[in-house]
Amino acid sequence: MSAARDAGAGRVVLDEKVRAEIDDWVRRYPPERRRSAVLAALRIVQHHNGGYLTVPLMDAVAEYLDLEPISVYEVATFYSMLETRPVGRHHISVCTNVSCMLRGGEEILAHLERRLGIKAGESTPDGRYYLKREEECLAACCGAPAMQIDHVYYENLTPEKVDEILDRLERDDG
Amino acid sequence: MSDEVTIEIDGRPLKARKGQMLIEVADAHGIRIPRFCYHPKLSVAANCRMCLVEVEKAPKALPACATPVADGMKVYTRSPKALAAQKATMEFLLINHPLDCPICDQGGECELQDLALGYGRDVSRFAERKRVVADPDLGPLVATDMTRCIHCTRCVRFGEEIAGVKELGAVGRGEHMRITTYVPHPLRSELSGNVIDLCPVGALTSKPFRFRARPWELIQHEGVAPHDAVGSNIHIHTLRGRVMRVVPHDNEEVNETWLSDRDRFSYEGLYGPDRLERPLLREGGVLQEADWELALERAAARLREVVAAHGPDAVGVLVSPSATVEELYLAQKLARGLGSGNVDHRLRQGDFGADPAMGRAPGLGMRIPELERVDAALLVGSDIRMDQPLLGLRLRKAGMRGAEIAVLNPVDYEFYFPVAHRLITDPPGMVRALAAIAADLVRHSDIAVPPAVAGLVEGARVEEAHAAVAHTLRRAGRGLVVLGAQAHASPWFGALRLLAGYVAAASGAALAELPFGANAAGAWLAGAVPHRGPGGAPAQPAGLDARAMLERPRRAYVLLGVEPERDAWNPAAAARALGEAELVIQIAPWLSEAGRRWAHVALPAAAFAETSGTFVNADGRWQSFEGAARPPGEARPAWKILRVLGTLLDLEGFGYEDPDEIRREVRAAVEAAPDPAGTVAAVALPETAASLWRVGDVPIYAVDPLVRRSRPLQETPLAVEAALRVAPATAARLGLAAGARVRVRQDGTQAELEVVLDRRVAEGCALVHAGVPGSEGLGPAVGPLEIVAG
Repeated sequence: MSAARDAGAGRVVLDEKVRAEIDDWVRRYPPERRRSAVLAALRIVQHHNGGYLTVPLMDAVAEYLDLEPISVYEVATFYSMLETRPVGRHHISVCTNVSCMLRGGEEILAHLERRLGIKAGESTPDGRYYLKREEECLAACCGAPAMQIDHVYYENLTPEKVDEILDRLERDDG
Repeated sequence: MSDEVTIEIDGRPLKARKGQMLIEVADAHGIRIPRFCYHPKLSVAANCRMCLVEVEKAPKALPACATPVADGMKVYTRSPKALAAQKATMEFLLINHPLDCPICDQGGECELQDLALGYGRDVSRFAERKRVVADPDLGPLVATDMTRCIHCTRCVRFGEEIAGVKELGAVGRGEHMRITTYVPHPLRSELSGNVIDLCPVGALTSKPFRFRARPWELIQHEGVAPHDAVGSNIHIHTLRGRVMRVVPHDNEEVNETWLSDRDRFSYEGLYGPDRLERPLLREGGVLQEADWELALERAAARLREVVAAHGPDAVGVLVSPSATVEELYLAQKLARGLGSGNVDHRLRQGDFGADPAMGRAPGLGMRIPELERVDAALLVGSDIRMDQPLLGLRLRKAGMRGAEIAVLNPVDYEFYFPVAHRLITDPPGMVRALAAIAADLVRHSDIAVPPAVAGLVEGARVEEAHAAVAHTLRRAGRGLVVLGAQAHASPWFGALRLLAGYVAAASGAALAELPFGANAAGAWLAGAVPHRGPGGAPAQPAGLDARAMLERPRRAYVLLGVEPERDAWNPAAAARALGEAELVIQIAPWLSEAGRRWAHVALPAAAFAETSGTFVNADGRWQSFEGAARPPGEARPAWKILRVLGTLLDLEGFGYEDPDEIRREVRAAVEAAPDPAGTVAAVALPETAASLWRVGDVPIYAVDPLVRRSRPLQETPLAVEAALRVAPATAARLGLAAGARVRVRQDGTQAELEVVLDRRVAEGCALVHAGVPGSEGLGPAVGPLEIVAG
């Protein structure tokens, strides 16, 4: 899987297919608003780069969309669905905001940290799991406490339910 | 329909313009609303929430910086509701702010500290842990303590909106947000120091000033910045007679609220190791300290000897374009009193063929603020951003508003406004291109073509690009043609000047001449040019220009504030002339190594901030200032040195009591003399072909002796050494490999330079900077260059 090829001196050039995908988004904005495609572009590049962004890749996006590189870094670090370092395959987000906190969200997080042997913000050494830091609010207050694994919601959690979900995931993963 | 609305703030009825924000109206009427993120020169962010005020009928307090006025609006800035909102905001801001005011450089001039006094609680209710943020290294100018940052984003908006280079950003989100470059690198903007003033807390402070003094110990003096034609208004802060720092002094007509890094940090060069503190005399070949009386007597006696033996024409006086009007006036008076017409401040100029046609003094051709409103501009040989940073900033505003800006340069300089037409060509090509633009205008204009211009445009090949530039200028309501530093350094400046004059006249544009130095206009007015006396009256006798004085060596030289090995157009010729002269009198704050070899008498002069005087800026504005700091050792203001020298030489009219008297005399001369501009029959044209042209622009931090000695500026990425910068195509044609060291020859001297590939440089040219280490030994800043061996 690749998003770009090396152009020397720490620079990379985005692959043809990646540019084509970005162009598809660029077309949806007025020509002078090319930079509006930055979110989509970063998502596409991240997808083709094994789930994370690098500085050369963000620089390539900046150049392609005519943005200052720092503006791209700002976007990439702001949105929690964009990663700027290698992370585990399955992204786990546990909500610890008010509703979930009152219903035991913090215990759910602590349980996950124990089971996976990592802290929030870290990935397991085998590269299977990535436990996101401070992922709130998931907008699932009526099902609190809630978490999200790879964009799938799991609600009304207990530590036992969390174990079941992870066991099943590991079975399916093989 | 009227544009005006009436609102009421704290019970006062006030008139306001529709669309104005509440805070603007309050500020205009002296009603103080607390704020951190709001700044009148920046876009509205409304993220600090400190300016919350109560607005009648609004359920919650509203931010005054982001609430537009509406007719009949009733606003309360000090009501219980407003104060409660402001105090709550302050409490949140202080949650993560460290209580390190005693060791913070901002202490005593901190917006957060000041407002916390009025709106903060005595004791914090926050008992949890505060956050800590790692400090990015932003280079030698701006110190960081990011734990103190309150995320107002003024610095981020400054880069994006004003400086035109967004280097700082807000990375991360919520409590993890921090201001940083993300990828570590020193700031590259020529205006970066302004974030120090903008930062309302101690997160961004001056690195050279760090821990040097407390604000309340400093004495504030008014001053004028000494490096470019803007004449930025400054405050000089001193402690026990020494300059501690320089900050901007607001003046909308000149520098607004900004200051270039060059003007802000050059003071660091004042106390360099080669500062002259006592007069020096060469005795038996060795420079030795002497007392003032002996040094001045010896200088006068030896000058007299040279005049007696070889005639007054054997004396040359070279003066700095950043000397004061008073110093320049006395220098020319001294030269002419001795009977010599050889006086000039234009050390970096390559050609003087247009001299008779020059106006009274070079300038912008308009007021500085008007620069923001031009519709079209043509930059000829100008990197306006680096040469005149704050004029560049004004022109950027025009460019961002849609002005069409064309450039005719030997190097495709990076601008931060859109460039509509780009003509990048070698030095002779620049003359041909400007002639082609002029030729196109001849077809469309009724203005009489002066004979010299007619000769230049004859046979010009008008291409589409030239016609496009001419059309842009012709169509513009407010056009401008700028002759920059690189145009002045051209060996065909005369041709460029006459053509630019015609192009401006024929297209109805203004003509801006922006040569080197802080006081080029003052130098012309004071008569520090060989063909004109004070006010522009014809000089008696006329003398040699700066280039001729060095290429046709004189027996004696008086140097005022210049270092010819770096400041002259042709350093090789300068070295020959000064090395062989019988007498070199150096009046300067410092004595460089080369000066140490040449000088027979070195007289220590007061430097920037240490003397009173006057600069005339590009606006034609006479700005006088007083000395702010004590000159070290026995150094004296240069005008006093010249006064005594004149008296010792028995010259008339040197009995001045104070510099005001001298200034009044120059003023009177300016008022008495008619506009001196005459005509020129013909000027020199590029005739030689060269396989490689040297283009020697002067980097921003190499322009004068003071800035060259400022260590922090010399450590920034904008300070560069000489190299052979060529376009890849030129390198391929000449067989030059990137990184190789090659010997180059110019005007009989050689230097070894590293080959650097630089796509900005015009084909057939080599950018070899002037005024920097590595090019002192070379010849003309602009001229043919030979590769000796690879």
